[in-house]
Amino acid sequence: MTGPLTDVRWDAIGAIVHREWSVFRRVWAAPMFGSVVEPIVYLVAFGFGFGALVSTVAGLPYLDFMATGSAAISVLFTGMFPGLINGYFRRKENHLYDGLIAAPITVAEIVTGEAAWTGVRTTIVSVITLVVAGVLGVGLAPTVVFVPVIGYVGGFAFHCLGAAFAARLRSTHQFDFVIAGTLVPMFVVAGTFFPLDDAPVWLRYPALVNPLSHVTTLFRAAAFGIGTPLGLVVNVAVVLGFAAVTWVLAARWLRAALID
Amino acid sequence: MLVAVEDDTASCALRLSGVVKTFGPVLAIDGLDLEIPRGITFGLLGPNGAGKSTVMRLLVGTATATQGSIEALGMPLPASSRAVRARTGLVPQLDNLDEELTCTENLEVYARLYGVPRRQRREAVAWGLELAQLTERADAFTAQLSGGMRRRLLIARGLLHRPELVLLDEPTVGLDPQVRQSLWTQIEQIRSSGATVVLTTHYIEEAERLCDRVAILDHGRLIALDSPRGLRSSYVRSEIVVEVPGDPDRQRRVAAAAEAAGLAHRPAGTAIAVFTDDVSSLVGIDGLREEDLDHRLRRPANLEDVFVALTGATL
Repeated sequence: MTGPLTDVRWDAIGAIVHREWSVFRRVWAAPMFGSVVEPIVYLVAFGFGFGALVSTVAGLPYLDFMATGSAAISVLFTGMFPGLINGYFRRKENHLYDGLIAAPITVAEIVTGEAAWTGVRTTIVSVITLVVAGVLGVGLAPTVVFVPVIGYVGGFAFHCLGAAFAARLRSTHQFDFVIAGTLVPMFVVAGTFFPLDDAPVWLRYPALVNPLSHVTTLFRAAAFGIGTPLGLVVNVAVVLGFAAVTWVLAARWLRAALID
Repeated sequence: MLVAVEDDTASCALRLSGVVKTFGPVLAIDGLDLEIPRGITFGLLGPNGAGKSTVMRLLVGTATATQGSIEALGMPLPASSRAVRARTGLVPQLDNLDEELTCTENLEVYARLYGVPRRQRREAVAWGLELAQLTERADAFTAQLSGGMRRRLLIARGLLHRPELVLLDEPTVGLDPQVRQSLWTQIEQIRSSGATVVLTTHYIEEAERLCDRVAILDHGRLIALDSPRGLRSSYVRSEIVVEVPGDPDRQRRVAAAAEAAGLAHRPAGTAIAVFTDDVSSLVGIDGLREEDLDHRLRRPANLEDVFVALTGATL
């Protein structure tokens, strides 16, 4: 699909990022409102509401636990929805991709450019969530500087996951399969709102393969300077592996959908 | 790019040999051989489903041939697809302008995609807007444009990088006659810049007016290839066609008279067309007068007549 790295046209990927930016700079208020307000609502409602019942979870004050959990959820949502929804409509309704692929760009470069831009958005969202958490009294460690990197890679990967599904969907009705079948279980069973350490085994194992669990753990590690080196290596490896697999799937499936 | 040897391939913009393309069980192209020299305007003519758009898709790599080989600008497809696309401009049949962007931004994105150098990008976009006659509407969103404007922008988008090969898939379909005229002028300008133009159409007058050579496709096969004039003289016996409208009874009587005079005839829409070099053979039938036959009902033979002669079906 893509040749060696030397065949990659970075300027074509740049053209896609530029296109996304051209649209975003006009409409930024609505998507950013959603992406920023949503995690803050989770943080405040659960953090203070549920936090009144439980003081500490998994060794963290509940507000701290919830702040990092809601940052991870917002990366999932802000990352996956553009991949899924835009990916579907650009392919099936607006025929945007048909126009692009007649120019000298590969499908993999289109997917990369779009995911790269989504990563910028998820970076912003995760940073804002943690800044708000800090303002609300969550104590942050210096390693919090890694949060943007985690937000970026996580957003890139979830975008590709959405884009991979988008390349396969036959109608808008099938969004329900993806949302109920993937998105909701992913964000609930990931140690985001509640820890899974004491959950039954049949719930703990799915959580282990859920990439959002690893994003969440990495956010906590960065925000509070916790975690074991081995654990962190596993988390990083899972997230990077997930990004690679979803990127390949998105590019391959979209290519198959566009090119006969 | 430096080309050391000018061989046959280099003088040929496109070469298709034994190309077969199937979409599942559907045979879209059935063994097509075609050579298109550089610098001409070439028309692919045929009814819906003849395989015209599939040929276009094969040329920009959005479809790959099931069998056979394709060379564009001297390079093999799909192996060199990206290099071919960099020097080719496609104007698609289906409008796929970016509705989230303005006219300027649409052109800007494609200038980047086609690798127009940063310093020339602004100039290329301005040139495209001028070509599309949309300089005044530069900041309008494409959703606010009329059909003709959108089509002009689509053409300009495909020409921004000054391609050597321009592919126009049904460039004027669905447009009113005035807009069509202005697009024809635009297409003639592209050709005069030295580019090779390949256009698909099922409008006879479009092919007649614009094309140096015309290939007639039917069911994915090439059934005739020549200049429009050459095709007419090879396949239509007479240069003059008389189309007589009226009720079916009258048309039957005209057909009978044509038959008796040994003239070819066929139904043509709501009229009957008679092919003749001597209109006087029809004088007197149902009040047909010589002056009517000479002026009002008479037209020159066209590619539609060629197509009907070749396939028995209308375009």
